[in-house]
Amino acid sequence: MLLEVRDLQVEFHTRDGVARAVNGVSYAVDAGETLAVLGESGSGKSVTAQAVMGILDMPPGRITGGQVLFQGRDLLRLKEEQRRRIRGAEMAMIFQDALSSLNPVLTVGAQLGEMFIVHRGMSRKQARAKAVELMDRVRIPAARERVDDYPHQFSGGMRQRIMIAMALALEPSLIIADEPTTALDVTVQAQVMDLLAELRRELNMGLILITHDLGVVADVADRIAVMYAGRIVETAPVYEIYRAPAHPYTRGLLRSIPRLDQKGRELYAIKGLPPNLLRIPPGCAFNPRCPMAQDVCRTEVPPLFEVAEAPGAAEGRRSACYFWEETLHG
Amino acid sequence: MAEPKRNDDSMDATPNVTEVETADAATVAESVAAIEAPAQRGEPILQVRNLVKHFPLTQGILFKKQVGAVKAVDGVSFDLYQGETLGIVGESGCGKSTVAKLLMTLEQATAGEVFFKGQDITRLSGRALKAVRRNIQMVFQDPYTSLNPRMTVGDIIGEPFDIHPEVAPKGDRRRKVQELLDVVGLNPEYINRYPHQFSGGQRQRIGIARGLALNPEIIICDEPVSALDVSVQAQVINLMEKLQDEFNLSYIFIAHDLSIVRHISDRVGVMYLGKIAEIGTDTQIYDHPTHPYTQALLSAVPVPDPDAREGRDRIILSGDVPSPANPPSGCRFRTRCWKAQDKCATEVPLLAIPERFKGTDGHTAHESACHFAEERDVVHAA
Repeated sequence: MLLEVRDLQVEFHTRDGVARAVNGVSYAVDAGETLAVLGESGSGKSVTAQAVMGILDMPPGRITGGQVLFQGRDLLRLKEEQRRRIRGAEMAMIFQDALSSLNPVLTVGAQLGEMFIVHRGMSRKQARAKAVELMDRVRIPAARERVDDYPHQFSGGMRQRIMIAMALALEPSLIIADEPTTALDVTVQAQVMDLLAELRRELNMGLILITHDLGVVADVADRIAVMYAGRIVETAPVYEIYRAPAHPYTRGLLRSIPRLDQKGRELYAIKGLPPNLLRIPPGCAFNPRCPMAQDVCRTEVPPLFEVAEAPGAAEGRRSACYFWEETLHG
Repeated sequence: MAEPKRNDDSMDATPNVTEVETADAATVAESVAAIEAPAQRGEPILQVRNLVKHFPLTQGILFKKQVGAVKAVDGVSFDLYQGETLGIVGESGCGKSTVAKLLMTLEQATAGEVFFKGQDITRLSGRALKAVRRNIQMVFQDPYTSLNPRMTVGDIIGEPFDIHPEVAPKGDRRRKVQELLDVVGLNPEYINRYPHQFSGGQRQRIGIARGLALNPEIIICDEPVSALDVSVQAQVINLMEKLQDEFNLSYIFIAHDLSIVRHISDRVGVMYLGKIAEIGTDTQIYDHPTHPYTQALLSAVPVPDPDAREGRDRIILSGDVPSPANPPSGCRFRTRCWKAQDKCATEVPLLAIPERFKGTDGHTAHESACHFAEERDVVHAA
C-alpha cells in the first residue's frame, strides 16, 4: 500500500471551543489508483489531506491521534526536516486556487525551477531547461517563450496546468489534488482532468482527488470515500456506490443532484444543515437529517460495517450505518 | 452611485442613450400604467433586442483616450414569456452577468432595446423607471457579500420598502417582513438577527425574500446556488420553483452549471463571447443541440454515472476563450471549432432556425447561430 491513513484525529482550538474536524479517518491508496474523497464544506476532507501532507497549521490545528503510513513509514513520527524532503519529491499537492497558490512576483519558470534547485541541487540554467520541459509536458503552448511570464499573464486553465507541472516536477508517487477544477469552466475542467488522468497513468502515481462534485468523481475515480462531519461514512468502488449506495447520506446526495440527460421532477432535498463541528450530534452525526434514523442512531456512533451486497460481489465496501442493508436494498 | 456611472458612459464609443427629454406628464403616466398592468400568461413580458454593452478601454491619466472596447455583450436578443424560466448558460466572461445588469438597468446599454411590457426600459427615467425597477428584482450569487453585515435581517428585507413605500405602509412593514421570512422557509422570529448568524443556504433565502419584497414580476437570478453545498442547493432550487408557482414569477436564471439549468428552465440560451450561440427549449438544447459550442459544452459536463464513462461522445476543446476586447471575425467560436471553414471567418452566422431544418417539426428546428448546424447527441451514452 502506498499510503495508509489510520484512525486520524484532528482538532482545532478556537475561541468558541474545540472543533473536531477529523474524527478517526482511515483510508488507503495504492500506486496507480485514484481515490476520490467526497464531502461538503466542513466535512474534514481537506484537513485530512493537509495532515497527510504535513501542511496543517498547528496551532490552531492539532493532530491528536492516528497514523499516516507512507510506504510503510509513519509520517507523523518524522522530524519536520525529514518530512520536508518527502514533500514535493515523493508526495505533492495541487490546490484549488492556482492564482493565490502561485507567487505573483516570481516568473513561473523560477517557481518551477526552484523544485530542482532545492531538491536536486541543479544550477539555475539546468533548472530553467527543466521548467520548459515540464511546461511542454502539461501542454502549455510556446513553453520556451512563456517560461519568463508571471502567473497573472496566464489564463485560469493554464495556471492550473502550471500547478500540475509543479506537483509533477519531481515525479512523486502520490498526488493529492484538492478541488483542482472547482474554479474552472467546464470545458477547461475537462481539459485539466484529462491531462491529470493521463499523467497519472503514465507515471503510475496514486491520486487522492478531493472534491464535492459527484460528476467528476464518476468520471475518474476507482474508489470513493464519502466524508461527513469528520468521518468516513461510506467507502466503495465507484461503480457500486453509484449503482446502490449503502449510506443514507450518499443516497441523499445522489438523489439531490439534477441530471443533464433528463428533465427531472422536484429534487430530493436532504433536510437541515451540515452540523457545526463544535457541536457534533451524539451518535451518528447524520441522524438529525436522516430519514431512517432510529433510537440507536441517536446514541451510538456506528462503526464502519462490512457491506456484502451479495455472495461474490466486489469486496472493500463499508458503510457507517446501522441500517446499511435497508439502505442498499431500499 | 449614479454620478460616476454616467461619466463612464459618456466615454462610450456610441453613446446612443440620449437623456430622455423631459417627457410630458401624460406620456409618463401612460408608461407607468403600461408597466403596472398585469401581464398575460404566455405573453412576452420582456423582449430584448440587439442589446450591446461595450466597456471602453482607455489610455492616459489626464487626457483619457479610448483605445478600444471590451465587447461584453454584443447583440443579444431574446424574449422572456410570462411565467417561464429562461436559463442563460455560458463560461466565465461570456457576458451573462452583464446581460443581468443591463436588464436591471444597473448598467446603461451601449445600444439596443429592452422592452418590458412594450416600454423600452433603456430609455425610461424618473417615475416610469422606478416602476420598472420595482417589477424586476435580482438574487445574487454570493450570499456572503450581498447582505450588509451590519444590518439585521428585518432591515435588509425591509429596505426595498424605503424606496417604494407604496408597497407596504410604514406601520405594516414588520409584519410584511415576517411574512416574507415565512414564505422562504425561515423562522419569522429571526427578524432581529444578523446575516453572520445564518448558514449559506439560509442567507440565500434571505436574499430571495428581499427579491420578493416588492412583488416583482421578474426575478433575475445570477448564479443563485453556485456558492452552496450540494445538499443545500436542492433545497434552494425547490424553494425557487415553489415561489414561481405561488407568485406567478418569471425567472431569468443565469448559471454555469448546466444540469441545474436544465432542471429549472423551460427554455435555455447558450452564450459565447457576448453573443447567443443557440436558444431553445430544454429538450431542444440538451437532447438535440445543433451548435458546436453547445455540443462541446454539454459533452464536457461530467455525468454522475460511472457507466457513462465510455459510451459518451466527448469533445475536448483546445485553447482558451479569446479576449472579448478583440473577438475573432465572423463566427466567434471559429478559433476553437472543428468545423470551421473560410465562410466562418468572413460571415457572422445569424441566430435563426437553420435553413435546412426549417419546416421540419422535430426538436432540431430551433435557433442556432452556426453556418454548419448539425444535430449531435453528446449527453446520452450510446
